[in-house]
Amino acid sequence: MNLSTTLMTILSTTLVYAAPLIFTSLGGTFSERSGIVNVGLEGMMVVGAFSSSIFTLSFANALGDAAPWVSFLVGGAFGCLFSVLHAVATVSFRADHIISGTVLNMLAPALCVFLTRIFYDGKGQTPEISQGLGTVTVPGLSKIPFIGKVFFTQTSMVAWAAIVVAIVCWYVLYRTGFGLRLRSVGENPAAADTLGINVYRYRYLGVLISGFLGGLGGAVMAQSITLSFSISTISGQGFMALAAMIFGKWNPLGAMGAAVFFGLAQSLPIIGAYIPGLSGINSVWFQVAPYLITIIVLVLFLGKSVGPAADGENYIKSK
Amino acid sequence: MKLKVKSSWVVPLVAILAGFIVGAIIMLIFGYDPIQNYSSLFDGAFGGVYSIGETLRNMTPLILTALGFAVASKAGFFNIGGSGQYLMGWFGAIVVALKFSFLPGWLLIIVSILAGALFGGIWSAIAGVLRAYFGTSEVITTIMLNYISLYFVNFAVKDWLAGKGSDSSPNIAAKASLRGDFLENLTANSTLHWGFLIAIIICFIIWFYFNRMKSGFELRSVGINEDAARYAGMNVKKTIIMSMLISGLLAGLGGALDGLGNFQNISVSNALPQVGYDGMAVALLVNYNPIGVIFSSLLFSALQIGGMSISVYSDTPTEIVSIVTASIIFFVAIKYVIELLTKRRKKNPQKTAVKNEGAGE
Amino acid sequence: MTETVVEMRHITKKFGEFKANDDISLSLHQGEILALLGENGAGKSTLMGMLSGLLETTSGEILINGREVKMKNPRDAKHYGIGMVHQHFMLIPAFTVLENIILGDEPIKGGVRIDYAGAEKKIQELSDRYQLDIDVHAKVRDITVGMQQRVEIMKALYREANIFIFDEPTAALTPQEIEQLMKIFRALADEGKSIIFITHKLKEIKEAADRCVVIRSGRVIDTVQIEGVSEERLAEMMVGRKLRNTVEKKVVDQKQVVLDVQQLNVEKNSRLMVKNLSLQVHTGEIVGVAGVDGNGQSELIDAITGMQKIKSGSVEIMGKHYENKPVRSITEAGVGYIPEDRQTVGLILPLSLAENLSLKNYYQKPANKSGVLNYQYINEHGRKLIKDFDIRSQSEQISVGSLSGGNQQKVVVAREIASDPNLLIAANPTRGVDVGAIEYIHEMINQERNSGKAILLVSFELDEILKLSDRIVVMHEGEIVGEIDPKETSSQELGLMMAGKKVQTKTQEAAN
Repeated sequence: MNLSTTLMTILSTTLVYAAPLIFTSLGGTFSERSGIVNVGLEGMMVVGAFSSSIFTLSFANALGDAAPWVSFLVGGAFGCLFSVLHAVATVSFRADHIISGTVLNMLAPALCVFLTRIFYDGKGQTPEISQGLGTVTVPGLSKIPFIGKVFFTQTSMVAWAAIVVAIVCWYVLYRTGFGLRLRSVGENPAAADTLGINVYRYRYLGVLISGFLGGLGGAVMAQSITLSFSISTISGQGFMALAAMIFGKWNPLGAMGAAVFFGLAQSLPIIGAYIPGLSGINSVWFQVAPYLITIIVLVLFLGKSVGPAADGENYIKSK
Repeated sequence: MKLKVKSSWVVPLVAILAGFIVGAIIMLIFGYDPIQNYSSLFDGAFGGVYSIGETLRNMTPLILTALGFAVASKAGFFNIGGSGQYLMGWFGAIVVALKFSFLPGWLLIIVSILAGALFGGIWSAIAGVLRAYFGTSEVITTIMLNYISLYFVNFAVKDWLAGKGSDSSPNIAAKASLRGDFLENLTANSTLHWGFLIAIIICFIIWFYFNRMKSGFELRSVGINEDAARYAGMNVKKTIIMSMLISGLLAGLGGALDGLGNFQNISVSNALPQVGYDGMAVALLVNYNPIGVIFSSLLFSALQIGGMSISVYSDTPTEIVSIVTASIIFFVAIKYVIELLTKRRKKNPQKTAVKNEGAGE
Repeated sequence: MTETVVEMRHITKKFGEFKANDDISLSLHQGEILALLGENGAGKSTLMGMLSGLLETTSGEILINGREVKMKNPRDAKHYGIGMVHQHFMLIPAFTVLENIILGDEPIKGGVRIDYAGAEKKIQELSDRYQLDIDVHAKVRDITVGMQQRVEIMKALYREANIFIFDEPTAALTPQEIEQLMKIFRALADEGKSIIFITHKLKEIKEAADRCVVIRSGRVIDTVQIEGVSEERLAEMMVGRKLRNTVEKKVVDQKQVVLDVQQLNVEKNSRLMVKNLSLQVHTGEIVGVAGVDGNGQSELIDAITGMQKIKSGSVEIMGKHYENKPVRSITEAGVGYIPEDRQTVGLILPLSLAENLSLKNYYQKPANKSGVLNYQYINEHGRKLIKDFDIRSQSEQISVGSLSGGNQQKVVVAREIASDPNLLIAANPTRGVDVGAIEYIHEMINQERNSGKAILLVSFELDEILKLSDRIVVMHEGEIVGEIDPKETSSQELGLMMAGKKVQTKTQEAAN
């Protein structure tokens, strides 16, 4: 295999595995920037994966080529709806953020598999999705020598979309009034309150955006990797996304970078076989590598990463 | 209400009731009969000595992963790594039971149990050391260690313990097993084993540790306020590592007892053991009270064991049980509302300040 | 008479059954500087909270420019031209000064984008006009307390406020910074703006205010013109009785050196916070460390008590070296320490009073018997200290977090004094406690001195330093810039030294 094909394979698999993590870690960033700790990303992904699978299985024929993309958005919508639970619990009802997030992680798989069994005659797994968000070769651009081969051949469009979304998220958080206010309620809600910023509203928005993006992440997982929904569709990606968010220091671009890194690491067991010199190594090392590398990098280079100052603190307005 | 209920019981009791109501509503929506399902659930969990034996047996790992989570939480850490620690404990116990089978039975059991606990403890202490010396978030490290343990154990079982082409280790010798004729006769051949008794005893030990021991006092102090603990002359780093070590020892013990008493071997698995996460729910329901853990693990175990009969007697998906479980914890999480509603009847409302620790700090 | 801009009529505010404000009325005229005088907990901040829309009134009316208004939230207050500068600044340390100023009222360009350049221009103009001298690009966490306050003033100016409320504005400022603030007050008043400032410092009232409203226990005691009223009279109205302004100092032997710090250097976040500092404290003396917050006092104390690593230099306690030793070994060398922040350092709030009172001896016999705590002893010990130190609490079992600030501080003081230390270190021991508790704590510290203990007192309150100390050293940027005799100095001289001016005094030579 020549260099450009090897690079193409590495980049393509990396992006495929990174895409769900990018969306979800961006979701986590919005929630935590507004001051609501979100360990419930996993649950939001489950709901996104479930709802988009069901949608695409039901409406694929009616929607044609647009089906994967519409069901992708449907996953986001239901993720958003599900995150209302977390928002109500933490923002309005003063719940411990970690407990509430844990509830999402418990509830989502239970509820989604319950519904799957009802919809598919007691089976805990949906049929296979015929049209997913697979890889595409971009016409024209893929003809560019070398670069075209590496970047535009059999590449994941949804991953590129995720990268664009990450840049947009960064712009929103760091260049707009909305972003400044959202970050302010995560840093010092009392100060924001004195300036007339509705702390509760921005925290609700932070969580809902997080639910939407987490739902998108789950949808991507189902539409481009597992191609069906079952209990094992989402198995820890939400936690990996949480790690990516912390790794990326609660910054959308940082989270995206970390997610791409995790994507690369997760694709190691698959691409290891293609890389000369690595093929002889026992696959357990490739499986363990992403997690081991994450720990080592955190210890060596990041140490204590500091999140938003009021992350996890409930704000109680005195009247 | 005339009935006088200890105030710390109000939230869990109301939450349990509300959780069952949510489950009933969902069943009604989808056309299932909640009364029939709840009664088959109850029968499945308590409807005979065999069922009771199974329910108690299933409590064993729940108690220990819950206690593990509780110890870390009291020290201010979110140990999400119970699953991995449990798995390492299971693995460690089986490895020792298989490889040291020449030892006399009583010694083999003790060594195997201790090995399992130690595997879990060391696994968790890694996160403790990194947290104490590098400030690395234990949320991330315990998650990562979970996956490492999963792949490592799968690899070790497949390539080392299991025979060629098999996905499971051989069974341990009968002398290494925690099962006993007495318990089996008592419970109509259920899988109840002596590990259950060990787990109950550990609950009381941990209660004593939290509330009466110097080291437990230090652990709670560090959990509430690290700076003040340092000011009081406590060794914060040591306490952090210690708390994570104990936390992992307990989860590892859970794995060891389950392995030696229940499974009798270890197999390759696709996903992390769910019991690690269920333990979190068990501990949360009773706000980390070690004695309370006995009761909440009984409830969760009964839901799990009894839940299996739901699909036997009706076509209701068993996942309804997990929905009830999650709802109960949801109501525990919003205890502020429960307290508000129950206190409205009393005259003077107490002001409570709420402050939670964030993940990844 | 000029126009009345604010009128508060018969304001009452209840928190549950507790009346924080009881039928308070006051008025403010255009261009006027009105002082609101009262001790901690008198209800001043509650009253201003209602005027700034943070709290809602239980009953009563608020009139702005003669029209009755309803203040539901800070937006309403802003709408009526009211700007509030809180005692604990409402700033976001991680944001820049510019971001802090525009937050909530961001100028938007092209639909979504914040127009930072435009905002900066407007702020620069205001800054020049009122001589606020702020650096808009700095992060708030990096700027001085004085500048933080000017940022708060700028926040109000940026929102075109006409009525300014200042809550304890001088609490953390040097005398020179206070002077600058008073100039800003004048400049604002000259432009026709009106000011209410909350304080318990009489000198500032005399200096800056036109009129003064005195509040005690939630009620208005009197409203007076500043001209013609004495500080003593104001003080009496504030506390309802005469205050003792001195402590009785016995003559005690001050020969033996208890604490000997030599050539100490301490680094924090790779910044040198204590530089080549040498200091001695003898038996039977109180050495006061004066200085503005953030000049290395905390790091000095943390280094002595073992809470922070020492870079170089020596710390000897009773003749033995204790550099970079564990906190516990320093405690056991006989060092008692009343930390600056009781809530986050000195106490573990959810734990019981008894447990907190044993925080320094829980691990020793008889509280600890081979790893098991003897709660019978711990509770008994708690009850004894509660009685001895007049801590107001029904039981030793309740959590310390439920006590008032003054009682919490008494818990810390009781524990540290009861341990019978050779050296007692007290950092701002009376911050945020009521006048009664202040007097009591001062007495206790002085008693320790009289019984021959060595005491190191760090305080940002000059009055406290002047009242208690036998010797005063002044810290500026990590160095001791001078040593003076409290009997022969003025707060003016102290202020100059706190601002970094080195003054050679007679006492310094005498001390050597």
